[in-house]
Amino acid sequence: MPAPEQRRLIFKHIDEPGYTNDIGCYLRNGGYEVLKKAVARKPEELIDEVKKSGLRGRGGAGFPCGVKWGLVDRKSGKPIYLIVNADESEPGTFKDRYIMHQDPHQLIEGTMISCFANNVKQAYIYIRGEMPHGARILEKAIAEARAANFVGPNILGTGYSCEIFVHRGAGAYICGEETGLIESLEGKRANPRIKPPYFPAVLGLYQCPTIVNNVETLCHVKYIAEHGGAEYAKIGTPGNTGTRIFCVSGHVQRPGYYEFPAGTITMGQLLNEVCGGPLPGRKFKAVIPGGSSAKILRFGERFKGKRKVGTELVDYDWGVEDVPMDFDSLGMIGTMGGSGGVIVMDDTVNMVEALANINAFYSHESCGQCTPCREGSLWMKKITSRMVHGQARNEDAALLKSVADQIPGRTICAFGEACSWPTQSFIAKFGDEFKQYPETKKTAKPVDAVALV
Amino acid sequence: MIAPAKPDLVTVNIDGQEIAVPKGTNVIEAARLVNVDVPHYCYHPKLSVVGNCRMCLIEMGMPAVDPATKAPIMDPATGKQKINWIPRPQIGCGTNVSPGLHVKTTSPMVKDAREGVMEFLLINHPLDCPICDQAGECKLQEQATGYGRGYSRFVEQKNVKPKRTQLGPRVTLDDERCILCSRCIRFSKEIAKDDVLGFVDRGSYSTLTCYPGKKLENNYSLNTVDICPVGALTSTDFRFKMRVWFLKQTNAIDTESSVGANTVVWSREGTIYRITPRRNDEVNDTWLADSARVLYKAVKAADRLAATETIEALVARAAALFKSAPGAIAVVGSGRSTVEEQFLTRHLAHALKSSAQLVSRVGQGDKLLISADRNPNVRGALVTGLIKTLPTQQLTDLAAQIDAGKIKVVVAINEDLAAAGLTAAQLAKVSIVYLGAHANATSAAAKVVFPTLTVFEKSGTLVNQQFRIQKTLKAVPAAAGATDDLVVLSLLVAAAGGATLPAELAALWKVIAAEVPALAAMTFTNLPETGLVLDATAFAALPFVEGDSLHYKPAQPSVAAATA
Amino acid sequence: MNLKPETLSKIDEVITHYPTKRSATLPLLHLIQEDVGHLPPDTSEWVAAKLELQPINVLEVITFYPMFRQKPIGRRHIKVCRTLSCALLGGYKTCATFEKEFHTHLGEVSPDGEVTVDFVECLASCGTAPVVMIDDELHEKVDCAKAKQLSDQIKAEAKKR
Repeated sequence: MPAPEQRRLIFKHIDEPGYTNDIGCYLRNGGYEVLKKAVARKPEELIDEVKKSGLRGRGGAGFPCGVKWGLVDRKSGKPIYLIVNADESEPGTFKDRYIMHQDPHQLIEGTMISCFANNVKQAYIYIRGEMPHGARILEKAIAEARAANFVGPNILGTGYSCEIFVHRGAGAYICGEETGLIESLEGKRANPRIKPPYFPAVLGLYQCPTIVNNVETLCHVKYIAEHGGAEYAKIGTPGNTGTRIFCVSGHVQRPGYYEFPAGTITMGQLLNEVCGGPLPGRKFKAVIPGGSSAKILRFGERFKGKRKVGTELVDYDWGVEDVPMDFDSLGMIGTMGGSGGVIVMDDTVNMVEALANINAFYSHESCGQCTPCREGSLWMKKITSRMVHGQARNEDAALLKSVADQIPGRTICAFGEACSWPTQSFIAKFGDEFKQYPETKKTAKPVDAVALV
Repeated sequence: MIAPAKPDLVTVNIDGQEIAVPKGTNVIEAARLVNVDVPHYCYHPKLSVVGNCRMCLIEMGMPAVDPATKAPIMDPATGKQKINWIPRPQIGCGTNVSPGLHVKTTSPMVKDAREGVMEFLLINHPLDCPICDQAGECKLQEQATGYGRGYSRFVEQKNVKPKRTQLGPRVTLDDERCILCSRCIRFSKEIAKDDVLGFVDRGSYSTLTCYPGKKLENNYSLNTVDICPVGALTSTDFRFKMRVWFLKQTNAIDTESSVGANTVVWSREGTIYRITPRRNDEVNDTWLADSARVLYKAVKAADRLAATETIEALVARAAALFKSAPGAIAVVGSGRSTVEEQFLTRHLAHALKSSAQLVSRVGQGDKLLISADRNPNVRGALVTGLIKTLPTQQLTDLAAQIDAGKIKVVVAINEDLAAAGLTAAQLAKVSIVYLGAHANATSAAAKVVFPTLTVFEKSGTLVNQQFRIQKTLKAVPAAAGATDDLVVLSLLVAAAGGATLPAELAALWKVIAAEVPALAAMTFTNLPETGLVLDATAFAALPFVEGDSLHYKPAQPSVAAATA
Repeated sequence: MNLKPETLSKIDEVITHYPTKRSATLPLLHLIQEDVGHLPPDTSEWVAAKLELQPINVLEVITFYPMFRQKPIGRRHIKVCRTLSCALLGGYKTCATFEKEFHTHLGEVSPDGEVTVDFVECLASCGTAPVVMIDDELHEKVDCAKAKQLSDQIKAEAKKR
């Protein structure tokens, strides 16, 4: 079956020749028309449209955006804040970068619609520190939008006022976690908060109700406000509405970003047809489907079970290539759609070394607040690093699994899962390679072997 | 007084035991009430909850209800309402009780979680218990016996961090032992209001530090040592002095001000090694000032007085002085004496036909556990009737009477008359009978000196600023050549022609209860550990000097505050 | 702390973005670092005084975020991405090339003072791996040849000075 056509809602203008990131270009392309219409509607209607759309957050967790907005405490009398999570930091993910650099006004328009819908008077864009240009572009774009009365006091004469400020991070993955982000925005170490009681919707930024939405999610909101929730829900598949942007990196011919109606493309179509297949003379070995914390899939493994199609339960028997790239199908086979970052590894990769690379990342990024993640992530890193650079032992595979098993579900935030799922899944899928590693090390490496750690 | 309203109670089930606990109680505290211990490191009842150590993970469930009808869903097997158990463990410290909450603290999931956390906490820990002062009272050691593996699976290099850092004059830090629970940081910020501690760096390399160029030197710094669950923060004074399991613990009261913080005095073979706080939620919570912890050094001070004569000989000489100057004898009692001593002092003054006076001692209050009144027991003197009005800092009247030749003999109890404003000439003009533990200008000038005891060598009661009467107990035997104040006072009362009064506490309390209406229903032995608040309405109009402190608000604006 | 007048005015402006001053901690640190090149030792106290905090509150933040540096670096900062997607396409070799070209080690100022090479975590441009940031500029698909070429460029610019 040939891969479906890309459908670019969010990436419509990305890489379009002649398209610039200034407000003039945006307005020439119909920019801020949706906002103009939105501020003439009742905020509740807009929230309703988002609920109807079935939009799921694009940051990684896939939490329904309408539900998130529905949880906001609107009776507290405290101001409601909206934070744009632009801390894009899950390895393998690079979609928000292009929105912010090439089409910043789309984000600002989506943000302003969301702010209006939720009676937010102050929004912050928390952008990762490694995107200084992005921050400057956004600041310029906000200034332009302010000058055009799309942001700031008395927007378009409606009496509604809302300000946006850009806030730069400084190199901490954990700021992608919404409560860690809030702590960071409050000027502290980005230690995620315990929930309960600190659910952002109730006790978020400055202990006020707070909405934290991903960059791409807010762009989808703009589209939903334009076309209506019901219309949006027709794109994609039930439960996985709208489009999905996949960021493909690693060992494929054409890495990059691709936007498809959600649930309409399989892993095989994405990697082989859209991305041109493996590099010459190589074969796909493994793929991480949703950012580096997602559980790895091994080419050749099969997934069997029953799934719901419409109202019926039907059997499925999939290879990796057959898996539809939606939240639910990927969840069903034990991994996740996450942030849409697809990392591909071919047969030149040794999985012990790949895991060592990932473990180095997570141990570096653990905030260090709670015990299992702080100690477990570094222990796993030390083991895999020793296996590669020092002595590898036969018992290391079992030890790694046991250490990883002591982390998830026991930490303050989802970093516990993020740092342990790679180890758990690498051992589960490539246990043989880990057990053989002491032997593997004795044979000389090919000269062109790529160092991963 | 209106009794405080009863708190709303919530019924929960902990390991099968039903218990009603006040709303807002967390699972750790609720479990404590049914004698179930939920191990924890970062949680402290008097600090904010951060939930970072993950040791208090428990299994939690709520009674099942039909989502549509809200009707309970019954479990046919038990005939009881079904419990929906949450599949992942939850922290006990951060989970407050809700009606019907079910908790398991001994399930396999909980045990597994605790074992995991214990292993993680130990991998980078130096395991240097043989040279660690915390050994014996270390929460890591304690929980390792229940949840430790007994061997290590960790073959990697441990993290290297600073050892033996002096955080301040009294606290030493070993960062390799630190488990990053942040109790000390929260204490410094929230209680001591001296935000100098923090973590630098990140992840497993996070390191507790005091801001470079600043010191942890506030007068509450040693509380960080008390609450450190491991051996990371140790007392520089106590370091390497003694194994804690050799020490005897005696409950006592801090005598440095009228707050009356509750303490434990740790001693071995007559020597005191340290003083730590004892929890009293109405007085000092779990805290104690650093300055309170060095008071024991008075016991073995170089200036301790020791008798060179027998007590009988001393009493005889005092009796002779009493007889020499009838009607011209002054008694200076002390706000540092115990209630019992003050009671006997009152009898002594009565027998000598004199009225007693006290010396006031006032300093700056620190709003926490040191009040402006640096006497621990002025209110005891009021309650026992030794004085009727609040004392002054200078004995101006007495000085005038001496100058006028109206006073010939002064009995000074635990008070240095020179420090209270009497000149050397005035001291030389009178015959002094002195009772006290340490030498001073008064003892030097005295005709008769009774070496008596420090608070650590005797038992008694003190009445704090809240009019709370509290017990302090004898931790170490009396120093050689010193006699219990009560013994001396009862002999002097008799020598002055007064009643025969017992010097032994239980017997003395019978007399006190009979004579002092406010203490009528009391006995020494029945006094609760947390003390008893006395009716203070009779003294409500007195201008006490104390301002606000941890659990005290003056009934009226303090004199110090008004004049400031 | 000797900051440029424009930095000081930016600092005063950015504080107004937040209802609590403490929120301006990261922005202030960025501004100081952009001005001075690194965060000098009196930064914590200066920022604390400015934001009505305790110095330890600022030091905790400085040491948590790897982008803040407490020591001077070379004239240019070369940050090579170390994370998986870049490593899969040769990030380690790219990094080694820069180290070799400038006779330096990770995190150190090169002997000529020109660069500091750091191996950093994910720069979020995995589709154009391996990526390198030289100061604020992102360079994509930096294999060894391109690393050599970029190094030559930096060296040539240095010679012109």
